[in-house]
Parts: sequence; C-alpha cells; structure tokens
Amino acid sequence: MERMTPLIETRGLTIGHNRKPLIGGIDLRLCRGQVLCLLGPNGAGKTTLFRTLLGLIPPVGGEVALLGQPLSALSRTDIARRLGHVPQALATPFAFSALDIVLMGASARLGPFARPGKPERARAMAALARLGIADLAQAEITRLSGGQRQLVLIARALAQDAAAIVMDEPTASLDFANRLQVACAIRALADAGTAIVLSTHDPDQAARLGDAAILLNRDGVIATGPIQETLTEARLTRLYRVPVTRSLGTDGRMHFH
Amino acid sequence: MDERALNTALVGALLAVLILGAAIGPFALSPARIAAVLTGDRSDSQAVTVLLNIRLPRVLAAAIVGAALAAAGAAYQTTFRNPLVSPDILGVSAGAGFGAVLGLLLGLPVVAIQMLGFGMGLLTVALVIALTLALRGAGQVLIMVLCGIAIGALAGAGISLVKLLADPEQQLPAITFWLMGSLAGVKRADLAAALPALLIGLAPLLALRWRIGLLAMGDDEARAMGVDAGRLRLLVIACATLMTAAAVAMAGVIGWVGLMVPHMARLLTGPRFDRMLPAAILIGAGFMVLVDTAARTVATLEVPLGILTAVLGAPIFVLLLARGARPWSE
Repeated sequence: MERMTPLIETRGLTIGHNRKPLIGGIDLRLCRGQVLCLLGPNGAGKTTLFRTLLGLIPPVGGEVALLGQPLSALSRTDIARRLGHVPQALATPFAFSALDIVLMGASARLGPFARPGKPERARAMAALARLGIADLAQAEITRLSGGQRQLVLIARALAQDAAAIVMDEPTASLDFANRLQVACAIRALADAGTAIVLSTHDPDQAARLGDAAILLNRDGVIATGPIQETLTEARLTRLYRVPVTRSLGTDGRMHFH
Repeated sequence: MDERALNTALVGALLAVLILGAAIGPFALSPARIAAVLTGDRSDSQAVTVLLNIRLPRVLAAAIVGAALAAAGAAYQTTFRNPLVSPDILGVSAGAGFGAVLGLLLGLPVVAIQMLGFGMGLLTVALVIALTLALRGAGQVLIMVLCGIAIGALAGAGISLVKLLADPEQQLPAITFWLMGSLAGVKRADLAAALPALLIGLAPLLALRWRIGLLAMGDDEARAMGVDAGRLRLLVIACATLMTAAAVAMAGVIGWVGLMVPHMARLLTGPRFDRMLPAAILIGAGFMVLVDTAARTVATLEVPLGILTAVLGAPIFVLLLARGARPWSE
C-alpha cells in the first residue's frame, strides 16, 4: 500500500493571499518518480501554488496532503522532511561554498541544537556527486554559473532527503547548455524515484521532462492530466492567449511554436 | 584552517591579550606577579589591590563589551542578510544612550544611570518590534529595519534635547564623554551586572547557531528547510538586544566593533554562522581589551573608546578589504 500513497495530493485546493482566493479547484496527485509540470503565464499563481504546497502560506480552501498526512497537521520540520524546495535563485549576500549550501539541507533531520557532522557531510558530498558537481564542493557559490548554482540547490534538496521536491522555474534564467544539463539531472532524479513538481515557461521542455501537467492562468486551472493529453493546441492557445501549434518531431516528441 | 585549531589559537590570543591588559598601567605588573596573585599569593598588597580591584575588572569588562557587541553584530548581519548591519540597527544603542544621558541629566547615581540605559535600550527595541507587528510586517525584514531607524532617530532627538537642557559646565561634558564610550571607573559590581546579560544573550545564539545560519538564505528558504524563521529571528533580536543594551549601559556607545569584528571573523572562517560566531566573540573580546588598554595608556588623559575603535578599526578594516578576501557577493 506504501507505493499507492501519493507523495503530494491536493483536494479542491484554493490558493491565494490573505484569504483572498486567486485560483480554485486545484486537484493534484503525484506519485513516486513522476514529474508534474506547471505551465502558465507570469502572474498566474505558480509561485503561490508552490508556497502553499510548502506550507509557507495557508490555503484559502481545500486541503494539501504530503505522504497522506494533511499539511495542517505537520510541523515545519515534518514538511521539510517530506518536501524539498529548489528556489528560483539564491537570495543570500554571503559567499557560501557549494558544500555549505548543500549541508543546510540536512537541517530538517538534525536536532535544534545540532550542527552537521561527518554523516551529513558524506550525504552532502554524495548529493553533489550524484549531480556531477562533486568537484565544485569548495567553490564559492557566487563564482558558479547559473546552471551550476541550480544544480547545487537541487543537491541541497536531495540532501534534505525528501520524497518529493518542488522547483520554481529551475531552468528559467539559464543558457542552452546549462538548461540541458539541469533538465537531464531532473529527469534522472525522477527516474530514481523522487517526485518532482516544477514550473516552466517552455512547453517543449514540459513535453520532454514531464509525466503530467497542470495549466494555470488567471482564469484558473485550464487543464490537468497526463502530459500527452494535456498539452494540446487548443489548451495551450487558451492558456497563453496566443495561437500555438503542435507538431511531432522525427523523434516522436511534441514541439510547440 | 581547521575550526578547532582556529578557535584554540583565538582563545590563546585572547588570554595573552588579557594578561597584557592586566600587566600594563601606571603600576606595572609582571605576568609572574599576576599569576602569583591569581593563585592566592597575598604578600604584595598593592599588587593585589591594583589587580583585583582595578585592572582585572576593567580588562574583563572590556572583554565582555567586545564579545557582546561582536556577537550581536554577527547575529544581526546573518539574520538581516546584510553585511553592513551593526547591532545599532534596531535603535538599541540610541535608546540605551538616551536612557543613560537622561540619568546623567537628572543627576542619578551611577547604578541608576546604568539601569535606565539598559532599560531604555530594551524598551526601544520592544517598541520597534511592537510597531513592526502592528504594521503586519513581521515577515518583512525591511519594515522592521525601517521601524528601527525611525525609533532610533527619535531616541537620537531625545539625546540632543537632553544635551540642550544640560548644564554646560558640569553635565554636558559628562554626557558627551559618556556618549563616546569609556570603561574608566568600572568596578566589580558593574561586571556582576553585565555578565548575566551577556551569558543569557550568548547561550541561545551559540546553542542555535547552525539554525540561525539558515536565516542567511531568506525566510522562505529557511522555513522550507524546517526552521521557523520568524520566531528564530525574534529570539536572535532579543538576545542581541540584551547583550548590546548591557554593553552600552556599562561602557557607553562604542561603534565599529559590532560591524567590523564579524567581518574579520568571516575572513578567517568563511560565512557559515556556526563557525563565524565563536571566532567573532573571541576576536571582539580581544580587540576591545587591546583598545581599552590603549585608551588608558596612550595619553595622560583617558581617550574615549569610540574614538579609538574607529581610529584603530578603520585602517585594519581597509587593510583586510585591500587583501581581497571578501566573503560576500558583489
């Protein structure tokens, strides 16, 4: 039965700020190894949805459950143990090393007065190695490329040892090579069992990475479901309010233009 | 350098500086004499009196003030995610200063002046927090800092008003001198009053220093990693305020230490707060003992500490920056 429990589930979720509803009727269900892509124009509420899933702001209505437990019944540490977070960018003025950043992921599994020791350090190094950036462990985060920083943040979410990770536009500000590298890393994590929710502005990327998609704009949820059925011309046209055409490449993949 | 080796070296340096501070003065004491008195040798009554009643209280008071200001500054720079922040950011120094000069104006006894300074320092920050909560800005660091600047400016205006009302022959020089910072005339009783505030403020910061370090990543990230950021920041503010108010009440307003020493520590340890805090405490204590020793020996008149911390601190700081080590992003 363990495998059947969805890692993230929302029922009739309404998100918003200060009890003012923004979008309602969000029903998500994410299991082991799945990638759910969140698509929509800026200001549609993608970040608000992430903050709600992470318990950073309360839902206006409905319910979020992590590994079968309602979010409202979980402590901050409980949430962190279930759900990792990869922010869009780092917001610190201090030049931490990549390893320092990844070590922070261990905090949810440390006592309040504890500091990370050898086991946490080994786990952090393993997370960096898994993303192919073990050689950057001692590098200052401010000297890394955008893609490398993103990989460090993903490594931190791995070190948090959560079954699911939400990623806020993990490839948004990256150049082509970095984008490719980060996308490969994300797919590899999912294939190894982690459930991932990510937001993206690129339907091609969603088609390549995702198992399921949810389309959001100011009108609300346009569609939710398996990726092939959700990313249709009609729905994307409605989502972005510009005509979108879908074609199949020689590789059998969907492309949008 | 390895964390333990660094802290051991810093503890050694602090002990050396403490002995130096205890030895130097109009009545010089050799380290051997100091050791003898400390181990219970009462044969040289003059040495006993100088060391136990004058020199040691003063040296230890300087160490306490330096440690308190450095720890508060280090904690604030991390929790407010700003390397330019000093312990005064929420108005504690201005508030404590106002309380103390008011005491001087009213001609209160020294103990009452210190109590008033300490109390007003705490009250100022409590007011800032209450105002921040009333504006529903508890989650927003910027609102809190702006409230601190506003209340601090009010306390500054209060200080100016007290100066205006003070008797220019007697009270005004005393007020001016006090505001520039001094440990002249510190007694064992002052130590006994300041030490608990330092320890009560320092213990939670040290115990929770790994978690406090996560606040450097911003509230949302810290919370997503399992830390209750808002509550932890309030605890840090309470601890830092307690220590700073106690330091200001005992020694007056001493700038620079709280801003500069965390930077010096960061250059040695990197930006991780759990490593930086102990180093900042040890460096702050040692630096202040050196400065105070200079304050009472370089001239026939005592030089105010505030002047010396800036005169010594600014060149050291610029030198460190010139060496190129900048553990924050540009």
